Amino acid sequence: MTVQVFGSTVRSRVPAPGSRGIAARLRPFAVVVLVGLVMGMPLWLVVVTAGKSQGEALSPDLSLPSQWQLWDNLAQVWQQGEVPTAFFGSLLVVAPSVALVLTLGSMASWVLARRTSRLNAVLYALAISGIVLPPAVVTIVLLLRQLGLAGSPVGMIGVYTGIYMSTVIFFVTGFVRTVPLSLEEAARMDGAGPVRVFVSVILPLLRPVLATATILICLYVWNDVFYAFFVIGGRLDTLPLNLFQVANAGLYLNNWHLIFAYIILMSLPLLIVFAVAQRKIISGITGGAVK
Amino acid sequence: MPIGQETLTLAATRRAPASTRRHTHPMWFLVPAFAILFVFFFLPTVFNFIYAFTDWSSFKSDIRPVGFDNFSFLLSDGTLFGALRITVIYAALVALFQNLFGFGLAVLLEKDTWLNRAARLVFLVPVLMSALAVGYVFQALLKPDGSVNDLLSALTGQQVSIAWLGSTTWTLVLAAVIHAWKWMGLSMLIYLAGLKTIPEDVTEAARIDGASGWQAFWSVRFPLLAPAVTFNVATSLLGSMNGFDIVQALTGGGPARSTEILNIFIYRTFGQGLFAQATTMSLVLFLMVALLAFPVIRILRKREEIL
Repeated sequence: MTVQVFGSTVRSRVPAPGSRGIAARLRPFAVVVLVGLVMGMPLWLVVVTAGKSQGEALSPDLSLPSQWQLWDNLAQVWQQGEVPTAFFGSLLVVAPSVALVLTLGSMASWVLARRTSRLNAVLYALAISGIVLPPAVVTIVLLLRQLGLAGSPVGMIGVYTGIYMSTVIFFVTGFVRTVPLSLEEAARMDGAGPVRVFVSVILPLLRPVLATATILICLYVWNDVFYAFFVIGGRLDTLPLNLFQVANAGLYLNNWHLIFAYIILMSLPLLIVFAVAQRKIISGITGGAVK
Repeated sequence: MPIGQETLTLAATRRAPASTRRHTHPMWFLVPAFAILFVFFFLPTVFNFIYAFTDWSSFKSDIRPVGFDNFSFLLSDGTLFGALRITVIYAALVALFQNLFGFGLAVLLEKDTWLNRAARLVFLVPVLMSALAVGYVFQALLKPDGSVNDLLSALTGQQVSIAWLGSTTWTLVLAAVIHAWKWMGLSMLIYLAGLKTIPEDVTEAARIDGASGWQAFWSVRFPLLAPAVTFNVATSLLGSMNGFDIVQALTGGGPARSTEILNIFIYRTFGQGLFAQATTMSLVLFLMVALLAFPVIRILRKREEIL
């Protein structure tokens, strides 16, 4: 038997432990170099450029600014990009969309998962078709105009809810199927009606999958700019839409320092949420996806 | 007759709940979700099939049917197949790179050391970032006098000034790499979760049977990752076919429209007021995704079943 040179915790996987040992020892260095090069470089560029003056940021590079003026730049972008308005605009659209799509989606999923008729199978197929099929962005605009919702937050919320409904139904229906029927029946014996059963038995059990769906949909909607262009283009400020404006003006004027300052401001809310709840978020994403 | 018996008992056990289902799982629970789906998803899709055959534009108020004029126009100037080709290549490359990178990272960072945990978190940062922002960052990095060339100059000892975003062939590939860079953290997470679900004794058994580490990995553990592969390939493929932000921020469709994927074309023509043409492209995208996505998912699913 080969002697375990590097302690018993390292299981030698290859008959030649010497060569494997070197690889295992080099691995941490590889990780550090990879992180530094692939992630560190772009993120570093963002931070240092956002701290430079316009002249220095003219052609962005990795050098440190001769004089840090990150706060000045952030303050300038805060005003020019109307960050507070855009932040609340984003919030105004994201929060109701996510709440609506999760509530209505889980309601439908529960019944879709429990009923077994052929009609139900057809309805389920229809309901999840939106995962694959792209939304018809151009004609949505026409429809919203006819409904009098063009450019309004309500129209935007409706569009996001429609686009991500399929994703929610797909994830949640799969999950409901793993919940034993007996749990519902016990509640029913106690005289609970369907609404009661759904709210107090099913919804609490759906927590892990709803966590996954919330994270993914928040990510998509918070950062979306494509659908926002078509539906609200210019009539409501959201963070990504304003980034596009700042950047378009900025590129024309070579204001890289402002573009990157805006990127920092815009990414901050999600990064803070992530930093606070990273463990939950990671287990949330993987918990619902691999099932 | 065992088969008849089985269906009989099945029917008997099923009948009782089926009649009560109406009370316990009422259909009206479906109504709000389907109402939203109908208004904001199905109806616009149906409209797509109608307005692609009209002359709807911002230049006049009436809308008249024109048959296949939009299609033949887009076919005749080569935009239709050009944009289709670019979109398919882009989507395939993104699916390839995103899975390669994500899988590589998962294998590299599989052990739960503190360094690996920290590295995993760092790789998730781009997933949280706006795709538009990612596009701008790389536009800055890849400028002829940008940092990537500076780094290469320092490494090779001579002045490197490659116009990374100026090639009509390679810029599309680069855009796909950047798209994959943004999303590889998510793929990594899914692969990591997949690797964790494989019990240790499976690999152990293979090792006892005399498989090398390499063999044990590729012929025992890798096939068991099939569900994670399905999820990742499907999501990356669909995400990239609906892609817009990264390419728009990186190149805006250039150089010479060589990176103009369908959604950028739709955005551009819509901005020009050519609504019917934008609708036609949207319909083409719809048909293409429908034609491509279902077989891809079926193939991947089948692979899972065999294994």
